[in-house]
Amino acid sequence: MDLEALASEILAAVDAASALDTLDAVRVAALGKQGSVSALLKSLGAMSPDERQQKGPAIHALREQVSDALAGKKSALEAAALNAQLAADALDMSLPARAEPRGSIHPVSQVMDELAEIFADLGFAVAEGPEIEDDWHNFTALNIPPTHPARAMHDTFYFPDAGDGTPAKLLRTHTSPVQIRTMMAGEPPIRIIAPGRVYRCDSDATHTPMFHQIEGLVIDKNIHMGHLKWTLETFLKAFFETDDIVLRLRPSYFPFTEPSAEVDVGYRQEKGRRIVGGHGDDAGHAWMELLGSGMVNARVIENCGLDPNVWQGFAFGVGVDRLAMLKYGMDDLRAFFDGDVRWLAHYGFAPLAQPTLSGGISA
Amino acid sequence: MKFALSSLHQFLDGDFTLDDVTAALNRIGHEVEGVENPAERLAGFRVARVISAERHAEADRLQVLSVDTGDGAPLQVVCGAPNARAGLVGVLGLPGAIVPANGMELKTSAIRGVTSNGMMCSSRELELGDDHDGIIELPADAPVGMAFADYSDANDPIIDVAITPNRQDCMGVMGIARDLAAAGLGHFKPVSAPDILGTFACPIAIRTDDVAGCPAFYGRVIRGVRNGPSPAWLQKWLKAAGQRPISALVDCTNYLMLAYGRPAHAYDLGKLSGAVRARRATDGEIAQALNGKSYMLDASMTVIADDAGVHDIAGIMGGEDSGCSDATRDVLLEIAYFTPENIALTGQKLGLASDARSRFERGVDPAFLDNGLALLTDLILNCCGGEASEIVRAGSPPIATRHIAYDPARCAALGGMTVTLERQRAILHSLGFGVGDDWQVAIPSWRRDIDGPADLVEEVTRIIGFDAIASVPLPRAPGVAKPTATPAQITERRVRRAAAALGFAEAVTWSFISTAEAARVGGGAHSLANPMSEDLRVMRPSLLPGLLSAAARNMHRGAASIRLFELGRRYLTDGEHPTLTLLMTGDADARSWDGGKARAFGPFDAKAAAQSLLHAVGAPVDKLLLMGVDGEGIWHPGQSLSLRLGPKAILAEAGALHPALTRAFDLSGPVMAVNIYLDALPAKRASGPARDAFAPPTLQSVTRDFAFIVPHDFVAGDLVRAVRGADKANIVAARIFDRFAKDGQTSLAVEVSLQPIDKSYDEAALKAISDKVVAAAAKIGAVLRG
Repeated sequence: MDLEALASEILAAVDAASALDTLDAVRVAALGKQGSVSALLKSLGAMSPDERQQKGPAIHALREQVSDALAGKKSALEAAALNAQLAADALDMSLPARAEPRGSIHPVSQVMDELAEIFADLGFAVAEGPEIEDDWHNFTALNIPPTHPARAMHDTFYFPDAGDGTPAKLLRTHTSPVQIRTMMAGEPPIRIIAPGRVYRCDSDATHTPMFHQIEGLVIDKNIHMGHLKWTLETFLKAFFETDDIVLRLRPSYFPFTEPSAEVDVGYRQEKGRRIVGGHGDDAGHAWMELLGSGMVNARVIENCGLDPNVWQGFAFGVGVDRLAMLKYGMDDLRAFFDGDVRWLAHYGFAPLAQPTLSGGISA
Repeated sequence: MKFALSSLHQFLDGDFTLDDVTAALNRIGHEVEGVENPAERLAGFRVARVISAERHAEADRLQVLSVDTGDGAPLQVVCGAPNARAGLVGVLGLPGAIVPANGMELKTSAIRGVTSNGMMCSSRELELGDDHDGIIELPADAPVGMAFADYSDANDPIIDVAITPNRQDCMGVMGIARDLAAAGLGHFKPVSAPDILGTFACPIAIRTDDVAGCPAFYGRVIRGVRNGPSPAWLQKWLKAAGQRPISALVDCTNYLMLAYGRPAHAYDLGKLSGAVRARRATDGEIAQALNGKSYMLDASMTVIADDAGVHDIAGIMGGEDSGCSDATRDVLLEIAYFTPENIALTGQKLGLASDARSRFERGVDPAFLDNGLALLTDLILNCCGGEASEIVRAGSPPIATRHIAYDPARCAALGGMTVTLERQRAILHSLGFGVGDDWQVAIPSWRRDIDGPADLVEEVTRIIGFDAIASVPLPRAPGVAKPTATPAQITERRVRRAAAALGFAEAVTWSFISTAEAARVGGGAHSLANPMSEDLRVMRPSLLPGLLSAAARNMHRGAASIRLFELGRRYLTDGEHPTLTLLMTGDADARSWDGGKARAFGPFDAKAAAQSLLHAVGAPVDKLLLMGVDGEGIWHPGQSLSLRLGPKAILAEAGALHPALTRAFDLSGPVMAVNIYLDALPAKRASGPARDAFAPPTLQSVTRDFAFIVPHDFVAGDLVRAVRGADKANIVAARIFDRFAKDGQTSLAVEVSLQPIDKSYDEAALKAISDKVVAAAAKIGAVLRG
């Protein structure tokens, strides 16, 4: 048989092989020990050098051609087999995956983190104090003596009298006692915020007996109302992430500040929601009372053992729950304290949405 | 406080609009809470004349009126009032008008088959009085067709303003007017109190036996008065101020209080016996107050009494027995000065609020007793007639003028507003302050609130308005802002976000719980004396009750899986302890097509979460002691553990809650929980940011499995600890991966991870390590399975 005929016979057999075992039989018949191509290769040894020179290349070319064809066919058959296996292994990927539980951060915590971040940039540390307070820190030191009419406005929760002549302990009605504790603990300059739970004996759609406040306090030399105004504007612009914050400071009265100012912020109503921004007297806008503030009363500074002729500063207080509601659009304060998993999933924040200055304060 | 715009004109010369007034009030510190114009409620009502009145064919009591409305054809109106008659001029409500008394909109309708085009109104329907016996009868010359709002001068807006507790002087229109004048709304008209000389000696003795509580008690008698309804102007004035007219004598005292901020009292002289005196009450003495209630007094309280006993709780409320009635002929007027602190304490003790108390406890003008008495006398003489006695003045009010040394530079230094000296002086003058050339400032008698220079800064700046304060940036420290959070705050932030990252939703629940709930978790240390309700009485000693209640609410709403946590304080005898509590109940994994049935939460979910959270806050999780929990009734005794730094230092508890506890919260299934005691966590050692040096071993690690037979009460953790300790140089981890029990014995399989350091293990090395492992296990009673 001439080489060409042999080649075409083997190649036809390779081509015809439809499975790996038949292909292997073709390989053995051609390239095995007794194979037809192997026999030709062996015959080269018996040839004279001239003859080998003449026939050798053709025989080697045949072997190569056959090996290539076998390899090519093998990989084609293997690929087909894998494809068949994969097709058989196909899954309906529309079936549900195992649900990973999604946790969340409560809006109050998130907003407190936002405020801590904003005020850290302004150099304010976060201070804390007890919620079960004594009368002196909550009232007297803040220039609210026992006969002061402002006490009645505080709806205080009291604990029973100790019976030792000291005034009954109480639940702090505001975060202001932290001012006192901070001023008594160290020398100014002081820049702190003090967030936390506060309590008033009051309950309706917009009041709960427990809520959250954040107090700000700056004590230094040469601090005046202009600094207070700037600080409030700056913090609210950062918090609401708009430069269009207009404040209206109204003279008011708090025993622990003098002068005192209530602070209104301009807003507009949009789809039943209050959107903070704009001048409250502009068309479609109004003012809403947001926080109380003022220059720390000289008597308070004195009560803390500091010299009011040297040190002065400002303080402010604002409801954290209210800030959260205004920014994120909740409308019912009571839902904050219900622990309804649906509400928490909707209004809560992703665990990794930690407010940062570089990434933005709002989640 | 409410007042009509027109009432300002009594005290203020000048042209101003409603908007001027409200803007100025807000600017100077009197927050406007609302403005209402009574005229708006009278829209659609007009003066009309009845032309004819015919009997209704179908109803005896009804008449069919023809009414002249001033324009167009007369209207037919059906009317049931007995006084409706031809020629009467009254008030007609046209279709579309809203009846003030009941909010009903008038419509053209058929009454017993006769069309009625509106309604002739009674006083009560228009809320002008209580008269409902018939329709309003106006004078015959009242201009037919005129809007009734205009006819009745109703177009007088009522301003509702919040007076801050320091400004007693503005609890009368006069004080507000003085402030407005300072703010540029005209000139303040000084009070002109007529000088009324008595024509006879005061027939009753007046004295103060309690100079501390009542330093001054002025009085006089007016005899021969006629009490009854007060004049229309006074009634209208009081109604605008939100005060119901009662009788002329009472209305006169109320007017003095609301117009001038000066409470006074009128006694029926006929009901008094012996000298009228201010004195301390005796312990247990009872006062019958004019609100119909009786109050038990004590010796700290000042009363006004006569020989028969207590009449008034001084400065707070008059007595029921000595008040004026229509039969009163002779009255004793009382104008006293009560010490504010005493009034405040008495009011607080009795829980009794009144208009008088709110003024006296804030401190009325001690220099206004004579003026007040003169104004009241004049008013009563005008309204009720009679003849005034001489004045008796017992005691003397504290009228010494106080002074403050004021440095006008404080205005800029504290108030952040630069105001010229002239302007500052002018503002203080207009508010009644005396300002000397040396800036010694004399405080007016009515400004008890002024205490120091800061108050004067506020006076100047508020009258200009805080809008004029320019924002000034706080000085900023150079460089990047420094971190401010304390280690405890950083721990709280981390553990909170770690818990959320584990799939738990943060809740915030009440700090107070019920006594019963507190008792189930060990009892509370702090109970409120005046809780909102019994459910919110005890400061929580544990965060579990709040979360259990929340879980129950969620389950009742149909939730299948609850993962909640809270980070808050526990309130114990020794203080407030920051704590994180996780709660899980329901399905850990929902039933699924590949996993089969739902998997409920188990104690090891809790253990895993506890270890995760402890790891997140840097606690040495692998080194903690695993022990049982302390106490009973909170945890499942066999499915809970505590993780401790030392035998007494509990960092966390985890496991299944006691079913008796969870059932008390109406939760039927097993509930898992974790407590992390944040203030028990070890403080991080202060060190720089650099870590210990570390290079990953280059040699491949090896694992070997061992199976041991142990008694059934054997603690698996002990085996792991023994195995790990068998060869600390080579063994880097040991983990139980299989456990089964048979015939009272348990088989535990341990996977041991080995890390060669210098050279790979040969057979001999591995054998040596294995022998150590087996020997260590044997020492604690674990036998290698054959």
